Formats: sequence, C-alpha cells, structure tokens
Amino acid sequence: MKRTGPVVFGFLIGMLMLIQYFTQVPWIDDRYNNVLDWKQVVFGITLILGVVSLFLHHWKKIERKTGGWGYSVVTIAGLLFMIAAALIFGREEGPYPWMFDHVQAPMQSTMFALLAFYVASASYRAFRVRSFHAALLLTAGVIVMLGRVPLGEMMGFHIGEHYFSLGTISTLILDYPNLAAKRGVMIGVGLGMTATAIKIILGIERTYLGKGA
Amino acid sequence: MRMAFRTVWYGLLVACLACAWSAPSAAAHVAHADSLDGGAQEAEGAEAQGVSASSEEVLDGAGSEAEGGETPSTGWFDTEHTPTAVATLLFGAILLFFIRSARSGKPLFIRRIAGLEAVDEAVGRATEMGRPILYSPGLDPMEEVATVASINILGQVARKAGEYETRLIMPNRDPIVMTVAQEVVREALTQVGRPDLYNADDIYYTTQSQFGYAAAVCGTMMRERPATNFFIGHFYAESLILAETGNATGAIQIAGTDSDSQLPFFICACDYTLIGEELYAGSVYLSREPLLLGALKGQDVAKAVLLVVLIAGAILAFFGIDIGPYLG
Repeated sequence: MKRTGPVVFGFLIGMLMLIQYFTQVPWIDDRYNNVLDWKQVVFGITLILGVVSLFLHHWKKIERKTGGWGYSVVTIAGLLFMIAAALIFGREEGPYPWMFDHVQAPMQSTMFALLAFYVASASYRAFRVRSFHAALLLTAGVIVMLGRVPLGEMMGFHIGEHYFSLGTISTLILDYPNLAAKRGVMIGVGLGMTATAIKIILGIERTYLGKGA
Repeated sequence: MRMAFRTVWYGLLVACLACAWSAPSAAAHVAHADSLDGGAQEAEGAEAQGVSASSEEVLDGAGSEAEGGETPSTGWFDTEHTPTAVATLLFGAILLFFIRSARSGKPLFIRRIAGLEAVDEAVGRATEMGRPILYSPGLDPMEEVATVASINILGQVARKAGEYETRLIMPNRDPIVMTVAQEVVREALTQVGRPDLYNADDIYYTTQSQFGYAAAVCGTMMRERPATNFFIGHFYAESLILAETGNATGAIQIAGTDSDSQLPFFICACDYTLIGEELYAGSVYLSREPLLLGALKGQDVAKAVLLVVLIAGAILAFFGIDIGPYLG
C-alpha cells in the first residue's frame, strides 16, 4: 500500500488534469480549481518547513563556527529583523518596505548586473578559435552582434543590384539556421515533457517518489 | 499488471481512433457555425500547436463571421484541442508499444549521451578530491515537468553519491521541491545501504528571489568549493552567473535544461550540457531500467514520425498543396 498508494493517487490526479484539459465539464473544472487551491495550501505549509530548514542550516553553521559562519549570522539577523518589522510596523510602511526598496532591490540589481561581466568572460572562451566549429560560431557571432547596431546597417556588400547589409545577414542567420535549431530543441522538449508526464501518470517512472525506477 | 497494461494500450488505441474520427465533424462544426466567437482563440491554439498558416486562415475566417457567445464544442469534448488529443494519444500509444517491447526482453539501442556518461566520472572526481557535489534543480516549482525530470536525475545522482560516500549539497528556491528532494535523497541513500550519509541540512531552502537564489548558490560554491556542480532543471537569467562562478572554482560542471534561451550559456560555461529532451532522458539513461528504456525508445520513434510529418508538410507547402481543410 505504501508503494502503490502514491502511484494510484498520481494516476487519478494526473488523469483528472489530462481530462480537464480536453473537456468542458464544469464538475471537472471545479476539481481542477480545487487542486490549484490545495497547491497554495501545500506551498504555505512547505514554506514554513523551508524557513525552518534555512534557520537550522545557518544556526548549525554558527554553532560549529564553520567557514563563512559570519554570513549565517547576517542571514538569520535579516530573517528575524524582517519578521519583526512586518509584525510590529506592518508590511505597507516602516522598515519592512524600506528594506525591500533600499536593500533587497539594489542587491538583486547588483547580481543581475554581474551578468554583463560573465557574458564577456563566457564569450571569450566560446569565441576562441580552436576548431572549425568555433570559427563558424565566432563569424556568426560577430555578424549578429554588428548587425544589431546601426553601424551594421552601413556595412555590407553588393551582389549585382542588391545590397546586403550585416543587419540583413544577421536577420537571416537568426530567422533560419538559429530558429530551425531552436525549433528542433523545442520539439524534442515537447516530446520529452509528454513522455515524462505519461510515464508518471501510468506509474512507470517513480523516482520522483523516492522509490527508485 | 500485464492485463492492466494491455487494457491501457488498447484503450489508448480506441481513444485515438475515436478522436481521429471526431476531428472532421468537429472541424465542420467550427467552420459552419453561425454564432461562434472562438475564432481568435482557435487561431491562437492552432499557432501554439504549429498548425500551418493556411489552416489558421480557415479558422480566422470562421471567427470573422462569428458574433455570438457560444464556445465551439461537441458537448463534453473541447474540439479546440482535437489535434492535441490525437497527437497525445498517438504518442502515448507509441510509448506503450515500445514499453511492451522492452518488457518482452527485446534489446533496445539507445544512443550515447556524453553528459550522462560523465556523471560517474563527476561523482568519482568529487570523491577523490574529498569535496562535496552541488546540485541545483533550477528555479521552477514542482509541478513543472523539467523540475520533475531534475528530481528523477537527482535520485540517480544521490545513489551514486551514496555508493561513493560523497556529500551532496542542494540549495532550493522552492520549499516543495526541497521537501521532495529531501525524501528522494533519503530513499536513494537507503537503497544503497547508506542511510547514515543522509543529512537534511544539506538540502535546504534559500529564498524565492531569483537573484537571491543565485547569490546563495554562488556563495555556497565559493565557500564549500564543490568538485562537481549539477545544474539540472529550468533556469532563467541566473544560469550564466551560476555556471561562470562554478567554472571559476574549477568544478566539473554538468548542466541540463529545456530552456532554449539559457542553453548557449550552459554550453559555453559547463563541461557537459544536456540539451532539451536529454534532460528528460536522464533518469532513464542512468537507471537503465528496461521499461523506462522502452519509453525512451518510443520517444525517439515518435520524434522520427514527427520529422517525417514535418518533411511531408514542407514538401506539400512547397508545391502549394493545402491539406488544412481536410484535417480541419
């Protein structure tokens, strides 16, 4: 029962979700909305587990004085301060929204801004010409990058009466080989998603239950 | 079990035939209804399913005449989804056929996937270096299939980590994913006879914030210096931040995502990348479970069928032959 119960439950709920997509029966729609409501309840409960897990994880680091335990002090202090600020001053005014606007938002922007430097370092590695494929990637990359800026429109060549700017070639690269490859990936992803869903609904794939395949 | 399997198999075939039979009548219902207002929705649905432009025009035409408030339907079945239903049932039937073949013991050839072949090497490296493994399941919640696929791979990675007695660290963005992951890792370690290696504190919640999560994972990589990083799941803009930080720490990195916009970043910054569907094949490939291998083979065959249909469609479009009206 311990093994088959979750599989049977998964089959029933999975089939309900599948049938709901293809039908317009109000009763099934209602059950679907029930499941979505339940998801919110489950999320709320697991969020408590998550916060407890976060607290314990960092608390043990502080207790054992493991490397970087100072960061754990900041994490727990921040967690407790935000809870206290929301309880005492409310979520609409006082230190709670101030911390969001003046601490969390700038920190998030900083992390996002780091992306620019990481793009540069990753591009440097990717564009090193070590093989024919890398050379091809470099050429396509340069054309697309130049083609996206006004300068690219001024650069180009004539074939007969026709003028081909880097902008036009860039659009051709993006609209044909690039889009074809992306669609190939997306078709594979779609089939993979469907196959995984069918395997889970039929109880063939059970690893997610922690029961092994 | 065999009886149930056979019932599902024949049920799918019958349902498939029923859907195919109902498609033309449903299409006729859509095309000739006087009081429809679902034309625009039909066209959107058709676009999402990759239906040709000509059939979209047919549907748009139906919509342009429509002014009423009725939804196109034959009652209990939403005819808007007929093509999806037929494709799903056909695909399901192909999968079940190959699973059945696998049950009969027929050997199945599965192509080599470098990223998954490297899992043993990656876990072994962490063991030799005496450092932990870091596993990130991506940012999506548990109901997303990519996250389910990631958790399936996690189970196999945890088994190997247990066999090699290597610590597995897993920061999570979603508390439900964290709870499921804790259970999966505990079961995996129990199955390999090492329940003592399980530490719930190593599979922990960080934050719901996207870049807060990125910062937490990067911080863990810099402090714990894991020898191996797994980034398996659905990622967004933080993918390159994670992969480049991991690269800077010198870890061997295996990534896998179905997000086509993040794939180039992982390919640049990671040693191995599972591209698109390989993410969904991961658990099967690692477990080598015959039944699941059958499903994987069925997936490949379905892809081949789809490829033939696409080529045939391209040829027909090239010669200006429109079969849209016949398909509905």
